[in-house]
Amino acid sequence: MIVSGVAHSYVASDGPVLSGIDLTIRPGEVVALIGRSGSGKSTLLHILAGLIQPSEGAVRIGGTRVTKPSPRWIMMFQAPSLFPWMTVSQNAALGLRYSGQSTGVEDRVADVLSLVALTEFADRNVQDLSGGQQQRVALARSLAPSPEVLLLDEPFSALDMFTRQAMQQDVRAIAKRLGLTLILVTHDVSEAVLMADRAVFLKSGAGIIADDTTVDLADAERELSSTAFKTELGRLNAIYTTMQSS
Amino acid sequence: MSLIADIPKTRNFPNMGKYRGLMNAFIGMGGLLVIWWLGGRAVANDPDMFAFADFAPAPTMARLWVMVTTGEVLDMAGPSLYRVGYGMLIAVVIGVPLGILIGRIAQLREITNIPFQFLRMISPLSWMPIAVMGFDTWDGAIVFLITVAAIWPIVFATAAGVRRIDPAWIKVARNLGASPLHMLTTVILPAVATDIFTGIRLALGVAWVVLVPAEYLGVTSGLGYAINDARDTLEYDRLSATVVVIGVIGFALDTLCQKAIGRLNWTRST
Ligand SMILES: Nc1ncnc2c1ncn2[C@@H]1O[C@H](COP(=O)(O)OP(=O)(O)OP(=O)(O)O)[C@@H](O)[C@H]1O
Ligand SMILES: [Mg+2]
Repeated sequence: MIVSGVAHSYVASDGPVLSGIDLTIRPGEVVALIGRSGSGKSTLLHILAGLIQPSEGAVRIGGTRVTKPSPRWIMMFQAPSLFPWMTVSQNAALGLRYSGQSTGVEDRVADVLSLVALTEFADRNVQDLSGGQQQRVALARSLAPSPEVLLLDEPFSALDMFTRQAMQQDVRAIAKRLGLTLILVTHDVSEAVLMADRAVFLKSGAGIIADDTTVDLADAERELSSTAFKTELGRLNAIYTTMQSS
Repeated sequence: MSLIADIPKTRNFPNMGKYRGLMNAFIGMGGLLVIWWLGGRAVANDPDMFAFADFAPAPTMARLWVMVTTGEVLDMAGPSLYRVGYGMLIAVVIGVPLGILIGRIAQLREITNIPFQFLRMISPLSWMPIAVMGFDTWDGAIVFLITVAAIWPIVFATAAGVRRIDPAWIKVARNLGASPLHMLTTVILPAVATDIFTGIRLALGVAWVVLVPAEYLGVTSGLGYAINDARDTLEYDRLSATVVVIGVIGFALDTLCQKAIGRLNWTRST
């Protein structure tokens, strides 16, 4: 994914929310976009998903210019926003249904539901699920059309700490297993350290202020209790703090 | 919690356990019958009104039984149901899409607000002369009046439902590549199905009320005609039996709508 010279101003806002954003993301990479509230993370992610047209610049994914939503790049939001009149599997099948796919839908839905460990909930009404289970359905729904890029906008922030940690590890594992490119928006540095290969720092008004901070951890060390994790978290936190104040 | 526990529970009087709903329904119906019966007796004992004694429950029910067994009830109700059904169908076909557009497009809502509120407040029956002039057949005029009566509740209920749709659902569907048609069939219509049927239920109530006076004109069939005809032939037992038929059918139609609403409702009541 290549982001070049992206800038954006909302009609309602006075100044630009984003300006001069350049970013290159390799296939299969897990990137965390970190920034404070109002720094334009969600705006940038909406542009990457084709849900907002940038005022300037362009986004390309595998050579295709992103101008509208597509099953190849899918965004997952903070709230699961499942359709309450549908079952778990009907919700998970939505993307396939929209892309006109008629064969193999059931198999694909069964695959993604087992990926998020919800196989036995397939025929349940989504309103009977816990918040964490609902967010897993939303993940299955995003994965079903086999996207190349998955864009996550603070998708675990509404979950309790234990569910959140489980989801963070699961999502990283699933992305790595499927070779997905994952772009994750967060204001929580520890989430970035748990999940990402690379951290990109955004500052409101200044755009990207550092985009090559590698998270140097093996998968086994991505645990809140591991020493390596704590060291890495300390290092990134220090970078983040310096950058916010500079 | 303790506060709620402290509030003394109102006693259900009389205490009837699990059959309470059914029993109360019978008490209500029985009460209505008693009032009717008392009214009938008062009329029968009053020398000035003696001629109307057939309005009482016993003659009415006897006549109703005859009307049911001879199929007269079906002959009366058939044309009326056809007119209401036709008028309601047109109201739904116009009202639902219009309601969706008004709910989705703020500018359209602002433009139509005053004219629609204005039109809504005009009694459907005041269109009668215009309907009679505008349509070649009496049937056409009646169907028009029913459509005019039924369309507003459907438009407004649909529009209100559409405005309450969670914008996140629209965003999710768009993000997953939904076409406008998908948006309509998988998001908007299921989301507002109960609102549409609530509108239809209200509309049916109004349409059923408008039907009888509308059928006083011109036509020689239907429940309204039957009432007028019974009055002219002084068959008061037939007249009151027809009133009962009107009430029972109206009640049945409303119950059907309620059932549909219950089925389509996806919200959990917890
Ligand atoms: N639709 C909009 N119209 C006008 N201004 C907007 C709109 N959406 C966001 N903004 C503004 O753009 C700026 C960036 O918003 P954005 O939602 O991208 O921030 P964020 O980094 O995601 O913040 P948070 O961490 O709180 O989610 C904010 O100042 C916000 O007020
Ligand atoms: Mg945000």
